[in-house]
Amino acid sequence: MSSSETVSQPAAGVHAGHQVDVRDFHNRARAAIHNPKIRQNFRKAMDGLMAKRTAAFEGWDLEALRDLGANIRLRALANLPDLLEQLEQKLTANGIRVHWAVDGDEACQIVRDICVARGAKRVIKGKSMVSEEMELNHYLEARGIEALESDLGEYIVQLADETPSHIIMPAIHKNTAEISELMHEKTGTDLSNDVEYLTASARQQLREKFMNADVGVSGVNFAVAETGTLCLVENEGNGRMTTTVPPCHIAVTGIEKVVPRLEDVTALLALLTRSATGQHITTYFNMISGPRKEDELDGPEEVHLVLVDNGRSSIYQDDQLLDTLRCIRCGACMNHCPVYTRVGGHTYGTTYPGPIGKILMPHLIGLDEGRHLPTASSLCGACGEVCPVRIPIPDLLVRLRQESVDGDKLHPARVPGHGAKRGRAEAMIWKGWSWMHSRPGAYRFGTGLAARFHKLQPGQLGAWTRFRTAPKLAPKTLHEQLKERNR
Amino acid sequence: MVDPIRVYPAKPSKVYFYGTCLIDLFYPDAGMAGIRLLEREGIEVIFPDDQTCCGQPAYTSGYHDEARTVAAAQLGLFPQDWPIVVPSGSCGGMMRKHYPDLFRDTPFENLAAEIAGRVWELTDFLLNVCHIKLEDLGEPTTVAMHTSCSARREMGIAEVGPALLGQLTNVTLAEQARPEECCGFGGTFAIRHPEISGAMVSEKLTTLVDAGAREFVTTDCGCLMNIAGHAEKAGTPMTGQHILSFLWKRTGGEGGKRS
Repeated sequence: MSSSETVSQPAAGVHAGHQVDVRDFHNRARAAIHNPKIRQNFRKAMDGLMAKRTAAFEGWDLEALRDLGANIRLRALANLPDLLEQLEQKLTANGIRVHWAVDGDEACQIVRDICVARGAKRVIKGKSMVSEEMELNHYLEARGIEALESDLGEYIVQLADETPSHIIMPAIHKNTAEISELMHEKTGTDLSNDVEYLTASARQQLREKFMNADVGVSGVNFAVAETGTLCLVENEGNGRMTTTVPPCHIAVTGIEKVVPRLEDVTALLALLTRSATGQHITTYFNMISGPRKEDELDGPEEVHLVLVDNGRSSIYQDDQLLDTLRCIRCGACMNHCPVYTRVGGHTYGTTYPGPIGKILMPHLIGLDEGRHLPTASSLCGACGEVCPVRIPIPDLLVRLRQESVDGDKLHPARVPGHGAKRGRAEAMIWKGWSWMHSRPGAYRFGTGLAARFHKLQPGQLGAWTRFRTAPKLAPKTLHEQLKERNR
Repeated sequence: MVDPIRVYPAKPSKVYFYGTCLIDLFYPDAGMAGIRLLEREGIEVIFPDDQTCCGQPAYTSGYHDEARTVAAAQLGLFPQDWPIVVPSGSCGGMMRKHYPDLFRDTPFENLAAEIAGRVWELTDFLLNVCHIKLEDLGEPTTVAMHTSCSARREMGIAEVGPALLGQLTNVTLAEQARPEECCGFGGTFAIRHPEISGAMVSEKLTTLVDAGAREFVTTDCGCLMNIAGHAEKAGTPMTGQHILSFLWKRTGGEGGKRS
């Protein structure tokens, strides 16, 4: 790569709460590509995660397990409306109050109303990507309610006023030295490269916050319809603290997270932790089935579940796009993505980065704003190959590319903002290409002409020749060579 | 959900050869090598003269109407039930995996599905249908192999190239880091996202060089023009060729015989 292309501006769009122009993908990608720290941090982390995943599945019939995972998710989605009703009934019977939110704003409002009703001023949070989708922290802070992240990665990202760069490891873009400097600057922690020391320091500060919090907000990994159980996977114990120490617990989740039966969780959990971090099981696995009962000594007085739609029911209407909703948020697709590994999570400028972000975000923000997301893939298929629930991510990327340019009259586009990328010039090129390649005589004439004048071919081919030489036209096409041979 | 298990046909007397547009224009020697290897195995090779392009470039760019028009022009080229062999995992994947999707709910639905079931990547066909036995007549050398992502993941033939090279007694296959990682070609991706594609091909080249090879072979001409083109631009001593060209030359070309 030529060094003259060094870009000095920092990767834009990392700051939480600031409006990010998703369309500025190219500039952020360029900045990330030329940022050695970003490149090293991600390469190292992703190599490690890939190796751990491989090791964790050793001795397992991975393909059979993926079949099982995919089938569980497919069956859940096939009965989604009924399962959601069943879930609401069971949760209500268990004493958990259920709320429905059409979008992120409504979900934020519900959380705020609960806080206001309790006079709550301090919220402690467990990790939740849906709350990122809602931009809950900023919503609450703007209304005088403190919201503090308690997951270590999220805590770091919040200290830095950034957004997560990975859905499982939010601060993976930072190395230990960067984290130490940040903690030193923001919390007075001594500079150190001792991870244990830094963790202990964060733990100490968070412990106090847990004790004083009025409300705990968490995500949900699986919501079990038959039992009304909310399952929460975590490693730090902060999820258990968040959901048990404050007097009120509010869980937020997307409507697609429901599964029919408790036994469905076993296969999905086995897939989730191995695919995500290469762990056989996480340190904590919480199953929340209701508020504190009269004879119990601890647990919250109130438990709420906010079920967030935010575009999901629209995705649900399409038989192919529906597969997007199978996702169990393990992050394996980004760990294995050669594009994500090069540019990091912030380049995408979206709540969910990487392959899953590329197929999910266009539904949430529209294909107008998200126009570059489906194209930012070589369609190598690494994501689809590791997806624990077999989401055909490359096929969905191609579908979204088609939607971006309104490219299929047989299957009219339906994603919000479809057609935004269709340009007159590009459409004309493909029309001309199609004309020539569907007329064998014209094709042979054109390619024969190119071969005859191969010496005149241009040496520069735009973006292609920035990093490569141009492929050389052969003096005779294969068609011509075979014709001569058979003469 | 999982791709159906491949059931290889018995070795046929004739095959259709689908040359692909990249080979037609830029790498006809790879196409000729493939044809000659098949002929040396005693198979008559039929090259339908009206073939152009499988339609993949438009398909992956989202222009499915245009892709369908071009693909439809290929569907009539294979009237007999002989296998269709393709010297590319990428074009083979398009025809085998995506033609049925592209023509679903059209009058070509059944024809497209029937043709898809007869498509074989050429090295896979040589190894697993022809049961080719290669006699290496070349000097000792070390090569790296890059299996394209479509050959690896759509056609499921990651083991085929190394197995064929393994038959060549004087060829050492260089062990590279992350062999399964994409070289960054991705068709129009290389043009739309040149920086990312450039970073990917640059790292791919580094892993091939670090593996101790000065030449590499690949299943697909897209990867070939990407990696070899980058090496040439960067001035790195690494040449590349299609695996079929390499196999044909190593086994003596015209003078070679079935062993």
